[in-house]
Amino acid sequence: MSTRLESASPATASPATARALRQLRRHGGLVALLVLVLVNIAITPNFLQLQTLFVNISQVATIAIVAIGMTLVIATGGIDLSVGAVMALAGALAPLIFLSPFGVAYPALGLVAAFTLPLLAAMACGLFNGFMVSVLRVQPIIATLILFISGRGIAQVLTNGNLQTFSNPSFSYLGTGRILGLPFQGWLALALAGLVYWLVTRTLFGRYLLAIGGNERAARLSGVPVRRVKFGAYVICAGLAGIAGLIVVAINSASDAGRNGNLMELDAIAAAVVGGALLQGGRAPIFGAVLGAVIIQLVKYTLLANGVEDEVALIAKAFIIVVAVYLQAGRRE
Amino acid sequence: MTTPLLQMTGIDKAFAGVAALTSASLTIEPGEIHAVIGQNGAGKSTLIKILTGVYRRDAGLIMFAGKPSTISSPREAQDSGISTIYQELTLVPLRSVTENVTLGYEPRIWGGIIDWPRAHARTREILARFGIEIDVRAPLGSYSTAIQQLVAIARAVSLDARLVIMDEPTSSLDDREVEVLFGVVRGLKASGVSVLYVSHFLDELFRICDSVTVMRDGRTVARKAIAETTKLELIADMLGRDIDEIRADGMTELGGGQRDRSGEVLLEAKAAATDRRLHRLDLIVHRGEIVGLAGLLGSGRTEAARAVFGLDRLQKGSVSFKGQAPSDPASAIAAGIGYLTEDRKAEGIVPEMSVRENVTLAVLPKLSRGGRIERGRERALVEAFIKSLGIKTANMDQPIRELSGGNQQKALLARWLATEPELLILDEPTRGVDVGAKLEIQAIIRDYVARGFGVLLISSEFEELVEGADRITVMQDGYSVTELQNPGITENALVKAIAHHHRGQAPA
Amino acid sequence: MGDATTFDLRRYVRGQAQSNAVWLALMALIAFGLLRYDNFGGAYNIVSFLNYNSMFIVISIGMCFVIMTGGIDLSVGSVAAFTSVVAAYLSPWGIEVALPGGILAGIAFGAVNAFVIILMRVPPFIATLATMLAAKGGALVLSGAQTISVDWGSNFTKLGMEKAFGVVPWTIVLVAIVALAAWFVLERTSLGRTVLAIGGGEDASVLMGLEVDRTKAFVYMLSGACAGIAGVFLASGFGAGQPLEGVGWELSAIASVVVGGTLLTGGLGSVPATVAGALLLGLVFNILNFENGRGTISLSAYWQLVVRGGFLFIVILLQNRVSSARAAEDR
Repeated sequence: MSTRLESASPATASPATARALRQLRRHGGLVALLVLVLVNIAITPNFLQLQTLFVNISQVATIAIVAIGMTLVIATGGIDLSVGAVMALAGALAPLIFLSPFGVAYPALGLVAAFTLPLLAAMACGLFNGFMVSVLRVQPIIATLILFISGRGIAQVLTNGNLQTFSNPSFSYLGTGRILGLPFQGWLALALAGLVYWLVTRTLFGRYLLAIGGNERAARLSGVPVRRVKFGAYVICAGLAGIAGLIVVAINSASDAGRNGNLMELDAIAAAVVGGALLQGGRAPIFGAVLGAVIIQLVKYTLLANGVEDEVALIAKAFIIVVAVYLQAGRRE
Repeated sequence: MTTPLLQMTGIDKAFAGVAALTSASLTIEPGEIHAVIGQNGAGKSTLIKILTGVYRRDAGLIMFAGKPSTISSPREAQDSGISTIYQELTLVPLRSVTENVTLGYEPRIWGGIIDWPRAHARTREILARFGIEIDVRAPLGSYSTAIQQLVAIARAVSLDARLVIMDEPTSSLDDREVEVLFGVVRGLKASGVSVLYVSHFLDELFRICDSVTVMRDGRTVARKAIAETTKLELIADMLGRDIDEIRADGMTELGGGQRDRSGEVLLEAKAAATDRRLHRLDLIVHRGEIVGLAGLLGSGRTEAARAVFGLDRLQKGSVSFKGQAPSDPASAIAAGIGYLTEDRKAEGIVPEMSVRENVTLAVLPKLSRGGRIERGRERALVEAFIKSLGIKTANMDQPIRELSGGNQQKALLARWLATEPELLILDEPTRGVDVGAKLEIQAIIRDYVARGFGVLLISSEFEELVEGADRITVMQDGYSVTELQNPGITENALVKAIAHHHRGQAPA
Repeated sequence: MGDATTFDLRRYVRGQAQSNAVWLALMALIAFGLLRYDNFGGAYNIVSFLNYNSMFIVISIGMCFVIMTGGIDLSVGSVAAFTSVVAAYLSPWGIEVALPGGILAGIAFGAVNAFVIILMRVPPFIATLATMLAAKGGALVLSGAQTISVDWGSNFTKLGMEKAFGVVPWTIVLVAIVALAAWFVLERTSLGRTVLAIGGGEDASVLMGLEVDRTKAFVYMLSGACAGIAGVFLASGFGAGQPLEGVGWELSAIASVVVGGTLLTGGLGSVPATVAGALLLGLVFNILNFENGRGTISLSAYWQLVVRGGFLFIVILLQNRVSSARAAEDR
């Protein structure tokens, strides 16, 4: 009975502190959100206006979509630093395609290609990451560092570093469309979250994903196809990053490979962690990640709307990440 | 009587609210070789780690060399004269032998610079006392586990210790090396150093130790002079059983040797070898029988299981299960093999997952359609197993980490039974579970075999093998060396078969 | 348990072979350059090459120590940017103040990393990722998002622009001192051995009674100090504190360390090989520049990122064969 205990970690907090920490962890996200909203109502001018809601939804959607994918990768005990670069790549490809002679000649086909090819390219990046991690067994940080740097490089080479502006209403619907008066990408993010939630909770893939993150050796010994599942997680993550990249381009009606998705990996990791994902793996709170994304976005908005410089916002974000990881660090003990 | 060198009294320790030690005590006299024994999970390691400052005690008093001990880190323990050789090798294989022996205590010149020539010389000299002559500049990892073990001991002894703690020091040593070690231990005793000796091998205690402390369920249950006790008495203390009861009847529920064994061959390994310390395995399992695999730690039992399950690639020979050769776990499972691993925590449970998810992990492909898990069927299956195996859990969605060891083990057994395997490989299925759960698990295994399936049983507990298995294949140094048939196997016969050097088959 | 030992040997031997491979590759590239380009061996190219790469070499040395303990430091680029701003502000008091000031600023970030990693138990890459953000934000706040011109009147720019005794640039002298000191610490002091022991097995090191936490704190502060030095070089060599510089430097440093044969999992590494790795990486770009100059290829600056990533990929592939032991250990 006590074999389990002997190898337990030596560090134990006092019961009261532990309980307080546990409560904070369980409901920390919602509490933080509530506090943020209240603070904003109190200090931010024009916070309770529809326009504010629209702005935040359209911003949060991309973070949420990437964070959902990041949550899957983190659930395997991995990490994907390349999501921002993948966004840039997908975002650079789309205008290249519908602005190409082919895209101009066949607008409809060009539009379809402008959605599908960038996503395929993004998923190819995911395949590469998956290959590095699950076949070559490179640590995920290092493996995804490769595309983190060269993915954006490829995007910039493709566009020669230029800002590509365009006017293509059908494509821009992705970023500017409305359904029931709310931004299209908000609905898209929710739909994707629902889909991935279903994947995690109801399918073989999801169960395997959590088993691998929870105990990879046990999973392998139980016949779980570890490689394939990891491939799946990285490919889905990259695919979602690709969608986010397209949304950003659609919102701006312009693609800037140097800026699209810049530092998105941080937002996504922060959102996933704030949402309750364990960096060691074994947990995939999808809607938690969405909540985390909302919190990250609100923090950004709060600082911005109150005239705090962007640079200070960076520091705030760093602080949030460390605190979130710190709070969940004790969880396994 | 003199003042004891070490006196630990009333030691309590709990992890996450669960008691690991309850009022444990330990006394060691100067110049004494003292054994601490107990089953897995009895609290031996926890007690040692508290003594050496790895864990902090919740309550209790430690007196070392007549003074209350304030040790709070391994470093402080070393500096105050307590050296430890842990069960898991606590060395750095990539670094040189010299570094491993002298790390943290390097000879220095000018106050900070390592004097490598002197470090090498000192290391050579220390190792020479053990009769080891090796290149001390080479990385430690390039030597055998036995040498590494002796290097660890050399390091501990070289630190001018007054108390040397040895946790299972002989588990990876051969007979000759054990003799070397015993020589060192006796030398330590002669020079007035005390030794705390933890071992599973009771015979060793009678050869080398002066006295013994027996632990059970986190408590100290007995302290005796070795000369005044018997092996059976110690076993009775360890198990918490009445000594006459053990003499009278068997201790297992497996019923070996009583089964009809006319079944067809289920598994056959011929001269199978992997590059993982399995050199030659010959093994046959028929339907309806339990075949035991016996041998010391490191004899290749687990490696044999891994080879059968397709985890390690065969370098030579063949493994055939119903005519197939599994190449990986997934194909082994599909072919009808289940493998309950030795290390429940590292290779068994997925702690964050529920009992339900743990039970169905291996059988999921059968429970899903088009990638979607059919929850109704899953719940029904788990419900049935919880009932039939008597798994004590609040409900099937309780995280498995909250269950007791015995119930975790039953859940893992259910994981494999759910796949309806025809061959079950059980590696230490009853280790670290309480006696009640042990008997239940053995009963489950017996029923399973009675349905015409085969079991390959690996166990360090001789009773379990002697009374449970129909045949026992004995392993030594990666070779299957002999086979014993039930009925007729006695514990003595098995011990002899394990200990005896089988010339001609296993090279020295 | 002990099963991995046979592999460790193989890993070690191959690791040794690989640290020699760095030198071979370096020689080969130099020979190639000498034969192909007229000006390659010229004093101007050599000096400007070394001068430019001094920043990366010094950062790589710090990174090497961190990686040897099994950790990682992603903050070095931003920290260098931050310290370049600090150094620029301190430049009126001369290099005697600006250099120590920059180093101290770097150490401060290293101390934050150490605190968060060791005491708060946050994984190194998350902790240093956060510091990367904080340093970047800090640099922008401090500089008002402008490049900060240094004081040309003081002796500050001499460090980056002038030569010791008219022969060797001061930066190179300083880098050589740092490299020798680091080499000495690693090979000849208890501290250095402990760094390697921790990477080889942190738990084992704790149980052996080594000062694990203190040593880890040391490596992160060392890495911060190295980033600080690089930041001073940056400000001194380009005449301005540059809050936006340093992007991707951590990657170059990691690549240099890995090219030098240091295992990413820790426990094995060498300072000279790391320096060689940094030189090798730099040479690749030097040669690309020469090719651009000859007109055989024409690569935009953006290709640098792609090439850098590709180079890291190749190195990882090579190292993967070395540490394929991990695949065998995977159960």
